Amino acid sequence: MWNWFFQLASPKWFYTIARKVTPWLSVLMYSLMLAGLVLGLIFSPADYQQGNTVRIMYIHIPAAYMSMMIYVIMAVAGAIGLVWRMKMAHIVSVSCASIGAMFTALALLTGAIWGKPTWGTYWVWDARLTSELILLFLYLGFMALHSAYDDKKAADKASAVLALVGVVNIPIIHFSVEWWNTLHQGATLSKLEKPSMDTSMLWPLLIMIVAFKLYFVVTLFHKIRGEILLREKQASWVKKLVADSKQ
Amino acid sequence: MKNFNRIVTRELSVVFRSQSEFVYPLAFFIMVTSMFPLAVTPEPAQLAFIAPGVIWVAALLSLLLSLNAFYQSDFQDGSLEQMLLAGVSGSLIILAKAFANWIVTGLPLVLIAPIIGVLLNLELQANMIAMLALLIGTPSLCLIGAIGINLTVGLRNGGVLLTLLVLPLFIPILIFGASAVEAASIGKNYSGQLAILAAILILSLMLAPFAAAAAMKISID
Amino acid sequence: MGYFDSFNDFIHMGGHGFYVWLCYAIVFIGMVSQFVLAKLSAKKNIKLLSQYYRRAAARKKSQANNDS
Repeated sequence: MWNWFFQLASPKWFYTIARKVTPWLSVLMYSLMLAGLVLGLIFSPADYQQGNTVRIMYIHIPAAYMSMMIYVIMAVAGAIGLVWRMKMAHIVSVSCASIGAMFTALALLTGAIWGKPTWGTYWVWDARLTSELILLFLYLGFMALHSAYDDKKAADKASAVLALVGVVNIPIIHFSVEWWNTLHQGATLSKLEKPSMDTSMLWPLLIMIVAFKLYFVVTLFHKIRGEILLREKQASWVKKLVADSKQ
Repeated sequence: MKNFNRIVTRELSVVFRSQSEFVYPLAFFIMVTSMFPLAVTPEPAQLAFIAPGVIWVAALLSLLLSLNAFYQSDFQDGSLEQMLLAGVSGSLIILAKAFANWIVTGLPLVLIAPIIGVLLNLELQANMIAMLALLIGTPSLCLIGAIGINLTVGLRNGGVLLTLLVLPLFIPILIFGASAVEAASIGKNYSGQLAILAAILILSLMLAPFAAAAAMKISID
Repeated sequence: MGYFDSFNDFIHMGGHGFYVWLCYAIVFIGMVSQFVLAKLSAKKNIKLLSQYYRRAAARKKSQANNDS
């Protein structure tokens, strides 16, 4: 039963599998992305209050969702790497960071732009925006810490510890920011209400979420493959692979 | 427990021999807070309004400043490694060092805070609550800071990085600490905020030593 | 077609075209650049490694020559 677990731990096995499945996943990702965009931009109705700005939702919510999911994956992979001393887990954890940071930044930017027509201002210290900003700080800290170490092994372990500390803290930070926000809620700012969503809007949203997940997996696999090659440069299979690719 | 006492007394004796560790953060705290009336306004009502935030942000930063001096020399002269080799558990070392750190840096901040409060025109009750909130909140800052410093202590320019790593983790304490003082100054109930600060302290007492000890071992290797 | 009456309507988005299209453009640029960088990294690293192996082999060779 544990066989797959140990196979997963082998960089060579992971590299070959990732190479095989990536094209298929990419095709699926492109088609879902296209379907989601067409449904969201063209076929879904405008919101009765927000008008067409609601279409920003189809990229904003998936990006925000990915930013949190990736942090958890990063922390879990880091924990596996720490506990079972698994090389592959650290590679996964480290490769997650820049994708997660990008999604966080995108969620913040789209949220801010969305805020202008709905709230009348680019930035409000809304609980969700603020939490997202802090999440971006956590990602940047992770990346900065990892690049600060010269020794890769120490870098992996140190950033894994940081990711774990972060993941314990995120609920506390989120709770405190939410609490702080309700305390300081300005009277002029009416919060977005969340009515039960119409299926014509729900479908494009769900499709986009799945498409973003696939995008994450495909990009992550590319990154992981690059990282594996560098880290396993002394392995004979990498030498062979490099020699073969030259011809 | 014996080890704990030994580490604490050792830390304290080192600190009291060279008083800079003890004096610098305190001086920093006083000077930063006295910049605010100059920068914002000397108007008493407004000062009282910003006082909770100013006191807490200044306290965060001066504790952050104190961390480096507290951990770096022990890393460099190998005494931490020796303690670990002698079989003292890492989390106990962290606990003892964080405690000593708090005695040396956190406690003076707590004691000086009422004077700052008077300078910033806080009322007596709010001032006392500020002191109480700092008393409950600063130990958590020392514990969480211990994680950050142990991750960065072996690095060449860890100072800025430490700030980047630790400040986001300080946010809940900042929010509830400042809000307790604010609630007290406008005559609202503040016990909830203090209770949450206490809960955070308990949580960091339970978890932070392990994380910091793991970080310490990574930095030593 | 779809929700909009004309292509102009679609671009205009009821006056909110700027915000909507700006968001989509930013997300597009971010995701595509991240994707391309990731995809190139494997190729780039293969090139890096082939140079690295050649240099390592050359070093070994010159060392062997020095020894003899």
